[in-house]
Amino acid sequence: MSQYISTDSDWTFELLQEYDSEIARVAAHYGLDTYPNQIEVISAEQMMDAYSSVGMPIGYHHWSYGKQFLATQKSYQRGQMGLAYEIVINSNPCIAYLMEENTLPMQALVIAHACYGHNSFFKNNYLFRTWTDASSIIDYLVFAKNYLRKCEERHGQDEVEALLDACHALQNYGVDRYRRPKPISAAEERMRQQEREEIRQQQLNDLWRTLPTRKQEAATKKQRQFPSEPQENLLYFIEKNAPLLQPWQREVVRIVRKISQYFYPQRQTQVMNEGWATFWHYTLLNHLYDEGKVNDGFMMEFLTSHTSVVYQPGFDSPYFNGINPYALGFNMFQDIRRICEHPTDEDREWFPDIAGKDWLETLHFAMRDFKDESFIQQYLSPHLMREFHLFSIYDDDTADHYKVDAIHNESGFRRLRETLSRQYDLSVREPNIQITHVDIEGDRSITLRHTQQDGMPLSGDTFEVLKHIHLLWGFDVHLESWDGDHMIKRMSCPSISVDL
Amino acid sequence: MSYIIDRRLNGKNKSMVNRQRFLRRYRNHIKEAVQDAVNRRSITDMDRGEQISIPTRNTHEPRISHGPGGKQTRVYPGNKQFNPGDELEKPQQGGGGQGSGQASNQGEGEEDFTFAITRDEFLNYLFDDLALPNMVKQTLARTKNFKTRRAGFVSEGTPNNLSVIKSMRNAHARRIGMGAGKRRKLKQLQAELEEAQHSDDPARIQRLEADIADVERRLKTIPFLDDIDLRYRNQVKVPMPTSKAVMFCLMDVSGSMTQDVKDLAKRFYLLLYLFLERNYEQIEIVFIRHHTSAKEVDEQEFFYSRETGGTIVSSALRLMQDIIEARYDENEWNIYAAQASDGDNWDDDSPLCAKLLHEHLLPAVQYFTYIEITPNDHQALWEAYKNVGKAFPAQFAMAQIRGAEDIYPVFRELFAKDQYQEAI
Repeated sequence: MSQYISTDSDWTFELLQEYDSEIARVAAHYGLDTYPNQIEVISAEQMMDAYSSVGMPIGYHHWSYGKQFLATQKSYQRGQMGLAYEIVINSNPCIAYLMEENTLPMQALVIAHACYGHNSFFKNNYLFRTWTDASSIIDYLVFAKNYLRKCEERHGQDEVEALLDACHALQNYGVDRYRRPKPISAAEERMRQQEREEIRQQQLNDLWRTLPTRKQEAATKKQRQFPSEPQENLLYFIEKNAPLLQPWQREVVRIVRKISQYFYPQRQTQVMNEGWATFWHYTLLNHLYDEGKVNDGFMMEFLTSHTSVVYQPGFDSPYFNGINPYALGFNMFQDIRRICEHPTDEDREWFPDIAGKDWLETLHFAMRDFKDESFIQQYLSPHLMREFHLFSIYDDDTADHYKVDAIHNESGFRRLRETLSRQYDLSVREPNIQITHVDIEGDRSITLRHTQQDGMPLSGDTFEVLKHIHLLWGFDVHLESWDGDHMIKRMSCPSISVDL
Repeated sequence: MSYIIDRRLNGKNKSMVNRQRFLRRYRNHIKEAVQDAVNRRSITDMDRGEQISIPTRNTHEPRISHGPGGKQTRVYPGNKQFNPGDELEKPQQGGGGQGSGQASNQGEGEEDFTFAITRDEFLNYLFDDLALPNMVKQTLARTKNFKTRRAGFVSEGTPNNLSVIKSMRNAHARRIGMGAGKRRKLKQLQAELEEAQHSDDPARIQRLEADIADVERRLKTIPFLDDIDLRYRNQVKVPMPTSKAVMFCLMDVSGSMTQDVKDLAKRFYLLLYLFLERNYEQIEIVFIRHHTSAKEVDEQEFFYSRETGGTIVSSALRLMQDIIEARYDENEWNIYAAQASDGDNWDDDSPLCAKLLHEHLLPAVQYFTYIEITPNDHQALWEAYKNVGKAFPAQFAMAQIRGAEDIYPVFRELFAKDQYQEAI
């Protein structure tokens, strides 16, 4: 007698429930620790809506989301792009969207992938635990949406829009990288917001105190450096110190900064997060197959999608679009399992601490305590580099040729791994820009310092971004590019940039 | 542990607000595109949406990022023949051999950001330019003409349609019906009471009095007005009887008419067409262009071919008259005409035009509009037409147009007349 959960490809709510409980059982067997799931079945149109709000279930209104929506709609209607099978939100309960168009095996795949894979990653990875508070994010988004709506009512749509544009331009520079905030509830957030507003209103900003001072004091003050240390969280600095912003504008800056902070872990764990989720949908569904709960037809359909998800075209393929994070992540987790279960001599040499150990424990450890950069640095094995045929190219813009730097051979493994890991390092991917000086005694101008790495210049957008900073700061903005200890370029807004 | 929720019935237009914000921000671009579309499309082809393209650099949101250049090492999959130290030729500028994520972010390729706007949005932008009041915009954008007619009474409706008389009559009937039994019993009891008072039986009197009080109380509890009494006037929408119309477009194509002036005229014809389209089921358009002689042409030729030479307006009016006589019986067709000109005419011809209009055309047409597209002073034709306007105020309108926003006043008269008729 067959004990298949289903043999059809049409799904019903009862079947979804049944698959979910089976998958949950197997997931618990493998020790996956998750938030409760809230699985929402939605239509394709709703999926497009979800897409264009960057995966946030509730978002404040802004034209850029409209643009995103139109772009999604267009490419979907023209058939240039399929929609994602799912979107999952780092919240508690963990919200996952399933498209109604999916077949039953696809829904099962998505449940395993999102509701158990991503979900357990959100709950356990150290970055998410440090920087996001899954239980309060929805409340915060509601607060943000209502607050911005009120601002629009009071100050007009155009003004709020211009402010948001400016904040969005600095979005990636609105995160704390090192300090760890204490999670607070939405109610507290609201109270604090009111408090902040009142205090700011009352407080005379100490920076701009213009009382006459005694001579020797003035002399010492001339030396005063503000900020005392370079600041990398530009939005935070602006929120706290921009001289001309209204209290409500500071609050808006804060909202953008908070949301950016919420997404900060996701930007650093793409390979791991997708790899982990893919590894688990693969493992969980195979487990069900081994138990005889799903039939061959189910597996065929599942494997077809799985294979296309983890496909990695070579650099010379027309489909090549960088390294596929699903492919890399999935194969790395698979590879860790292999090293634990069936280590070769090479593995024993490279990974003495995990070869032959309990694979499940090792995998959970790897998921919990790394981000993409360190994960690759730690776990990318020679075996996998050979399988991917990885090689690195050195590109010097002054030379006429690319140079092949390292390939997948004994002498190249470490270099390759190092290089690839750096590719996922946000501090390398994004230009290093810090606020170094505010001329508080003089024209109140703010100076940003770009520390150039490997001779990589800033993009052509930069002046536009400076305009946005100028809008927020209210006084002159200077941006200096430094290479080592000499300045190579200085840009100012409002005024003209100077090449040195 | 998991909750499965069906959200498919929730609204799917969550992004509508954001979409509107986007349209608002790029209003000027969209307006330009609509303007282009108007010039490109045929008059009869305005009733659909449009693809809008905006150069990507305008919709781009700036971010701080690395530009191209510098020294970097990147990892790629799929090595087949390379060894360390191999040198590869760099592709020529613009070849874009590196498909890395970095490069695609900078996307120098200027592809436009395109999206579609709906028919309603299209018309909105179109009318926006013409400074039409909202009421008129609605009339123009209306898909079909309906009239509401009374259709008896129904038991459900909105308070404004409540029929007081009918409802009260129902309530009255219900009160009579519901109270009939009780009232009969009351009468009976009262008769018994009277009898009992004669027989002097205090216990019985007391009991009867209690019964009477009870029945009276029950009679009082019959509601004066109940939900089931309410009747509402029923209104149904019936499509307006529609019929056939023909629209004559007359235009001077002599050398002095520039393409700008023609485009302006096209807007005007377009409005008239849209208006007629809402009101009549079947519309035909006749294009007549003229310089010293008139000719019936197709739309393309009408708007876009150039002629030189003098101007004799009456030739066009004569041709129109001929066409009406030959093809459009005035009893069967509603005839509209719109004439556009820069005001030039052969000196002796203007009185003749006035006479033609006066005697032959205006008695036959519903409406004749004349627009003079010129920034200069009026000429003989204008003076001649002025008198015509006085004689036929209901059928004739004329206006001088300097820019697109002047087109509307001519229409106001047309619509005002339309409303006046509907009110009767």
